[in-house]
Amino acid sequence: MTVEEIIKPENKVYARPELLTKNITHYCPGCGHGVVHRLVAEVIKELGIEEKTVGVAPVGCAVFAYNYIDVDWVEAAHGRAPAIATAISRLYPEDVVFTYQGDGDLAAIGTAETIHAANRGENIVIVFINNAIYGMTGGQMAPTTLLGQKTATTPYGRRADLNGFPIKISDILAQLDGTCYVTRQAVYTPGLVRKTKAALKKAFQNAMAKRGTSIVEVVSNCPSGWKMTPEKANEWLKEHMTEKYPLGDLKDVKE
Amino acid sequence: MKEEIIIAGFGGQGVLSMGKILAYAGLMDNLEVTWMPAYGPEQRGGTANVTVILSDKPISSPILSSYDTAVILNQQSLDKFESKVKPGGTLIYDPYGIHRAPTRTDIKVLAIPAMDATLELGNAKTYNMILLGALLSARNLLSTDAVVRGLKKTLPERHHHLIPLNVDAIAKGRSLVE
Amino acid sequence: MEEVKLMKGNEAIAHAAIRYGMDAYFGYPITPQSEVLETLEAEMPWETTGMVVLQAESEVAAINMVYGGAASGKAVMTSSSSPGVSLKQEGISYIAASEIPALIVNVMRGGPGLGTIQPSQADYFQATKGGGHGDYHLIILSPATVQEMADFVGLGMDLAFKWRNPVMILADGVVGQMMEKVVLPPFRPRRTDEEIRQQCPWAANGRHGRDHRNVVTSLEMDPERMEVNNNRLQDTYRKITEAEVRYEEKFTDDAEYLIVAFGSVARICLKAIEEMREQGIKVGLLRPITLWPFPTKEIERLSKQVKGILTVELNAGQMIEDVKLAVEGRVPVYHYGRMGGIVPAPAEIEESLKSHFLNV
Repeated sequence: MTVEEIIKPENKVYARPELLTKNITHYCPGCGHGVVHRLVAEVIKELGIEEKTVGVAPVGCAVFAYNYIDVDWVEAAHGRAPAIATAISRLYPEDVVFTYQGDGDLAAIGTAETIHAANRGENIVIVFINNAIYGMTGGQMAPTTLLGQKTATTPYGRRADLNGFPIKISDILAQLDGTCYVTRQAVYTPGLVRKTKAALKKAFQNAMAKRGTSIVEVVSNCPSGWKMTPEKANEWLKEHMTEKYPLGDLKDVKE
Repeated sequence: MKEEIIIAGFGGQGVLSMGKILAYAGLMDNLEVTWMPAYGPEQRGGTANVTVILSDKPISSPILSSYDTAVILNQQSLDKFESKVKPGGTLIYDPYGIHRAPTRTDIKVLAIPAMDATLELGNAKTYNMILLGALLSARNLLSTDAVVRGLKKTLPERHHHLIPLNVDAIAKGRSLVE
Repeated sequence: MEEVKLMKGNEAIAHAAIRYGMDAYFGYPITPQSEVLETLEAEMPWETTGMVVLQAESEVAAINMVYGGAASGKAVMTSSSSPGVSLKQEGISYIAASEIPALIVNVMRGGPGLGTIQPSQADYFQATKGGGHGDYHLIILSPATVQEMADFVGLGMDLAFKWRNPVMILADGVVGQMMEKVVLPPFRPRRTDEEIRQQCPWAANGRHGRDHRNVVTSLEMDPERMEVNNNRLQDTYRKITEAEVRYEEKFTDDAEYLIVAFGSVARICLKAIEEMREQGIKVGLLRPITLWPFPTKEIERLSKQVKGILTVELNAGQMIEDVKLAVEGRVPVYHYGRMGGIVPAPAEIEESLKSHFLNV
């Protein structure tokens, strides 16, 4: 078969989501952010809400998320995305508002904003990428860094006596009466990607139905920060991260 | 006319609310008014004072160095404000709990036994209204009608049934001066 | 006929916000300004005008809610007092950098640190020189009366939209806590979402048919482009400086001495001036109403007329620096200030002026 015979519409199995812009992402090879961006773009388009969606971007690796998904965005100060989303959601109750945050943004500097937005049951979606490290600033310890994990600020491995324990923030959020859906997913296999997409869709549908706060944690990798190849990073993720952060729904309030 | 008044005592004695009724009554009589509290962190106890100015002209400073009239409800306030009454001004105080009486002779000093009168009336909450009555009488301020309308503005609707009691207390205060 | 009401400055701010058609207030309680949030919660404007009122978990969250609301084109505000306003500085810097309108009220109390709950003007530097990180300015309005507390809500929000720049009402505990007569502004309806989309084409409030996405951000990694952004901000500040200086003069026509004071202190100074005028001492008052932009030209003009200037402030001497920059050494400039939450009485000001200029 020639190349021309293969590349034709009827053989197409994947198309770039319409809502992903043509901008080339700044993410490192193998990083989970790109996959989650794609899923968010697909879900928003499939639900037909791209005209009424506002995203709130974090400080961290996803700071430029607004360059990649073609909806309105506000770029937050570090950790404050849920406060910003609170205001927009309350001022435009018919619109759909989501935040996209990393572990430092959501579970360290922005813990108060996260917990209180969730506790008020703000009608927002929080997409939470947990890769157990600060990627953008060069691989420092995150609140979710595992015990023993080496980072730029825990060069001999995280120690509980020095650095405290990895925080399972989604488990805390699931305890709050304001959350309607809290789930922990991953994107290191095609099957898990599909599950994550289903979870994101449910979260956005909850926002459309004004059911409260939905949190989709995606346990992800950081090949650069972890100093591994993408393949090794995914293996390490599967072996160590999912042990501390088991995948699955933590809360799913039925009507 | 212009009347610069300080009311001072313990928090909880009704100092701020007496000032408020006075200010609202001034508003009812179409006067310019300012009501400036010296506030503390506590809701009860501690010293509290309020400066109320009633004037038929615009008021510049809501904070003053000296006063035409001082209404004094405790010893600390007497010690602090006796010297700040303008010569020829008026100092009204309740001798209850006062162990160093005012000594100035260039001002008019009125000892009003408001605590005793309150006990006679049988309602502790009328204490500040008795002193307000004394103030209105001693300085010939404001119409009774304005004060009643001021009370209506100050008291929540659910307490409007207490207005006659307050009017009685004001009358009692007036009688203690006359 | 307009109804004259008697209320505290803090309460006037709340009522004025509802009547202005404010879309949202986000705040956190702190003395001496908690009546703003309390009054709004008691008035329940969400039932009448649709205004959102929310007690946030912190001042940090509150200012970021303001940032979100402002980014979406709505008329939004917050209020706090000094320690709380320090916490808000990060968000204020983002709002200024993102060129979006917002109204911030600071009812100042004494500092530094937790300080005192009594009145102060010690946040003058913080307010007028930016306050947070980076080169920026807020328009600073300084109310001296309860009426101005009410009026500056609408004025401040209008200026914020006109210049796409945050505006601060820098009040003190005296005007916040005192009651006096006020005529509240008339009710006007909140803007509809359609009006907002027309008037604020930059707002991030969902595309709703717009052919491009709107992004509100202060981030620019390219230094050349960031400098363009900085220059655009500076250009706006120059235009504001030319257009928006506000001040009040009293007894300056024949003044031999000038007092410069802002906020409630200006009123105390006026009382002192009235008393000195009765003694034949010709003192005038200049009250800056905008602290930024500062009435530099007006002070420069008066410095050519008077023999000396006294600034009176509830701080260790902050505005005096801007006065001296305007005077450029032509006449002596002295400062009289009280701190710790103490408000000077008129007699102290009179004494200070006489000691500096009349050898009394």
